[in-house]
Parts: sequence; C-alpha cells; structure tokens
Amino acid sequence: MLEYLSIIITAIFVNNIVFAQFLGICPFLGVSKRISSAVGMGMAVMFVMVIATAVTYLLQMYVLEPFNVAFLQTIVFILVIAALVQVLEIVMKKAMPALYQALGVFLPLITTNCAVLGVAILVVQKNMAFVEALVYSVSTAVGFTIALVIFAGIREQLSISRVPKCMQGVPIALITAGILAMAFMGFAGIKIG
Amino acid sequence: MNKLKFIIESAIKNNPTFVLLLGMCPTLGTTSSAMNGMSMGLATLCVLVCSNVVISMLRNVIPDKVRIPAFIVVIASFVTVLQMVMQAYMPLLYETLGIFIPLIVVNCILLGRAEAFASKNGVIDSLCDGLGVGLGFAVSLTILGALREFLGTGRIFDMVVYDEVYGSLLFVLAPGAFIVLGLLLAIVNNIKAQK
Amino acid sequence: MGKLQSSLLNMVLSLGVITIVAALILGGVYVLTNETIAEAERKAQVQAISEVAPEFDNNPLEEQFLYKAHAGTKDSIDIVVYPAKRNGELVGAAVKSVTKNGFGGEIVVMCGFETDGTVRNYKVLKHTETVGLGSKMQEWFRTDKGSQNVIGLNPNRDDVRVKKDGGQVDAITAATISSRAFLEALNDAYKAFVMMQNNREEGERNE
Repeated sequence: MLEYLSIIITAIFVNNIVFAQFLGICPFLGVSKRISSAVGMGMAVMFVMVIATAVTYLLQMYVLEPFNVAFLQTIVFILVIAALVQVLEIVMKKAMPALYQALGVFLPLITTNCAVLGVAILVVQKNMAFVEALVYSVSTAVGFTIALVIFAGIREQLSISRVPKCMQGVPIALITAGILAMAFMGFAGIKIG
Repeated sequence: MNKLKFIIESAIKNNPTFVLLLGMCPTLGTTSSAMNGMSMGLATLCVLVCSNVVISMLRNVIPDKVRIPAFIVVIASFVTVLQMVMQAYMPLLYETLGIFIPLIVVNCILLGRAEAFASKNGVIDSLCDGLGVGLGFAVSLTILGALREFLGTGRIFDMVVYDEVYGSLLFVLAPGAFIVLGLLLAIVNNIKAQK
Repeated sequence: MGKLQSSLLNMVLSLGVITIVAALILGGVYVLTNETIAEAERKAQVQAISEVAPEFDNNPLEEQFLYKAHAGTKDSIDIVVYPAKRNGELVGAAVKSVTKNGFGGEIVVMCGFETDGTVRNYKVLKHTETVGLGSKMQEWFRTDKGSQNVIGLNPNRDDVRVKKDGGQVDAITAATISSRAFLEALNDAYKAFVMMQNNREEGERNE
C-alpha cells in the first residue's frame, strides 16, 4: 500500500506534471481562463490518460516487445491515442450523452496534449508494473487537474485586475505559473515510507 | 534571394515561441542551458523540414478525410528515425533531452505547419517554410536557454561570464522557465505595440 | 493532377501504403543503427570503467560480478563489480552502484577502488538531483577543500559518511540528502567490492 501512496503523492505534488515536468503546457495555458472549463478539461484528460496508458502499456508488453519492434513505440502510441480519442468521442455521444455534453468539447484537443503521450512513454521507461502504471496515470491526471484549477482561479482574478498593457494575457499568465511552480517546489524531497 | 527573404520572414512572422505560442512544453522543459535549448531546436527543425517536404509531396494522394492521421504517421516516422540516429551517434545529448525527443510528435508546430502550409503548397515552398519556422523555433529556444543559463549560473554556452555564486539558481529551475519566457513575451508585446 | 477523392477505397489504400512504407523505413533504420547503439552503450560503460579503475588489460565487462545489496528490503539494489586486472593479477575494480535515496530519486555512480579498498576515483553516471545543489556531487567529493574529498579515503579505515551522521566527510552545502545518498552508494560499492574479493579467493581455494 505504502508504495502506491508514495507514487500518488510524488505524481500529484513533488513531480507535478505541469510545474516540474513541463508536460501539458498547451492546454494549461489555453483552457485555464475559467474554473468550470478547467475542471472539465482535467476530467477529460484523466479519462483519456488512464485508458490510453492501460492500452499502450498492454500493447508494449504483449505486442511490441515480444515481436521485437519496440522501435515502433512512438508511432504506435500516438496512433492508438488518436484513435482512442475518436472512439471515446463516438461511444460517449451514444452511451453517455450527459458526460459528452460536459467533456465533449475538450476531447479533440487531447490528441495533441503531450501529457497523455508523455505518461504512456514514461511508465514504460520506468519499468512500472501494470497496477503501478494505472495508479501513476490517475495521480498524474489529478495533479494536472489541481494545477489547472488553481491556475484558472488565479486567472479569473487576474482578468479583473489592472495589468500593465504589455504583460496582459500570456506573459502575466506565465509569470503566475512560475510563482506557482515555486510554491510546488516546496514539496520537493518529500518521502513516504 | 526571394526564398531567403521568405525564410527569414516566416522565422519572424510565424515564430512558434513568441508569436504563435506553439510548442510550449519543449520550450520550457529543455532550455535549462543554451546548449540544450539549441539542440532541441535543431532536432525539431530537422523533423519539421523533413515532414513538411514529404507531406507536400504526398498532398495530392492523401484524401482529405484521413489527412490528419496520415500527417501524424509521417511526423512520427521522422521522429523515430531521429530518435534512433541520436541514440546511436549522440547518446549523451539523447539522455539529456530525454522524453522531449519522442514528444516532438505532439509538438503542435509540426502538425500546424503540415495543415496550414505543407498540405497546400509546393515542395520547395514547404521546405523553405519548414526551414524558416524551424529556425525561428531553434533561435528562440537558444535565446531562452542562454538567458536562463546566464542568470542562473553566470555562463553562456558553458563559458564563464561572471562567478557562479552571484547567479540565481531559480532561473535554471522550473519556475525560472516560466518567468523568463513571460518577461520575454512582454518585451515582444511591447515592441509590437510601439510599431 | 487533382486531389484524390475521399472514397473509402482511396482512404484505406493511401493510409495503408503510407503506414507500410513508414514501417519499412523505420525497420531499415533500426537495422542500420541497432549495432551502433549497442556499441555506443558498451563504449560508454568501458569509458566510465577506465576513468575510475586502475589501468587494466582484461575485459572487465566479461568478468563482472553481481552483488545484491540490502536484499529483501525495499532498498534492494543490484551492484555490479567490474574487476580490473593486469597480467591476470587483480589491481582494483570499478563498481557501478545505485541508491534510490537521492533527493530526486535514483543516483547511479561508478566508483573505482584499489585492491585494498582505497577510493581511486568516481563518476556520477545518472542523477536527478536539484540543479546547482545536489548536482554538484560530480565535482564536490573530489575537491580538496575542508574534508569534502573522498578520493584516497578507505571505507574500511575511514568513516565515509556525512558529518551530520557522525562521519568525517563534509556534505554539499544545502544538499545533505543528496550527499548522504551519494556516500551510501559509495559504501555499498565498497561492500560489493569486498564481497567480490572474498568470493574470488574462495573460488581459488576450491580449485
């Protein structure tokens, strides 16, 4: 149990995917103007990330490695993720219209979210076991959502405050992110067990 | 001459980092030093030029409805080739840039240029466009890396400018990436506003 | 030539052909670079070994000895000893040691020893310590300043731990955890080296 807890805390806080690993910056800057959309994006990423990690992990273990074609990893993973997003969109539209209403708009954006491909590659690189990989992907997505929601909250405030003209928009957002990253650095070195 | 002007123009007007705001992940993640930033920029430049050329050659045989997956396959192939070549001949650099090499696949610049330019224009033009945008990206990354290295460790390209103890480590670490890029963008905005 | 229509046949054909061509090219490049990659990795290993170990004329990669440190605990790690020999005589070894207790996670160090266990040299192969703090270990522990130098120390005779833990080595300023982890790897390397020597002598006696 302890090692799972350690993975969870590390992935959410210590090695936060946005602030420490610089993955998923595009949606982080793009979909963080309002808290509601930030939550939606976070949930959609979690959904895709967990399923994508599971599928790519099994593919790597039972197809790519036995057939000695591990060098096709990048190309296979990105195609699987792209296809998965398409299928999910269709299935959700039919089976879970309510969920589709909430997350649908974010789905197409996820294919080019490097956090999803990044996590899929990282769990293979780090030689994680299947359950560990799943725990890791869930907690990474939680970390992403937390980062996104905090950031969106600050940006909502920023949009009604007076910012020097040349700093408006992305520059001030980046500097805010920098200060948040500094706060997250306080978690560095935390160990469990 | 015309082509050269076109390359330089697209490097400035379509600058991925400062104008289009694309490819932010490698921009922030690999610019802890000028050398790393430049290497990442050049790696992306290679893939961008190759994929632009091939996609432009194939533009008439790819049906519209499947163009995105086709582009992704082309880009991913070049990324994998780059990955293997780097691993074989530049293992140290490969180790440093780590996960950001395979992640060139999802760099929006590549798919963006394929969709917006290469799929509509001739081979030579696409080559120039790739060169221009790629160079713009590489130069921006080098500038960002050099600034961070300079502020953080007092060095540029590993050459000592001032003593390391006066550097602020913050700029080499994660927060520095966001802050330096934010300030650079503010400067760019200011220049644009004055024009 | 006009643009191809988006009929099902066209779509399947063009995507299929592109994918097959891409896979073939990748396979070709893989075959071409595969050996160079393995060669580059081997070279890096030998390079690190010859940097830290005494001069040798054998092939340390072939005679490597595996030692499991902290077996059975969560710190369980594999340490590889590469014996360095000259004219068949053991003159020292390079030991690839690992610790998971660094500030940022794993640290891999190649440590070189003389036959009596004196630390000859070391090289940090891989680490994820904080840039500018823990990352200084590559230089710190070989710099002659105060008592931060570990080269020339012998873990058998000297207490190669940070001063905070009762040892005699100065930790890197503001990076005690990284220093502690580094020295732990060094001590484990020494243990593995001694194990290898004992095993070898036993082997020789049995012959």
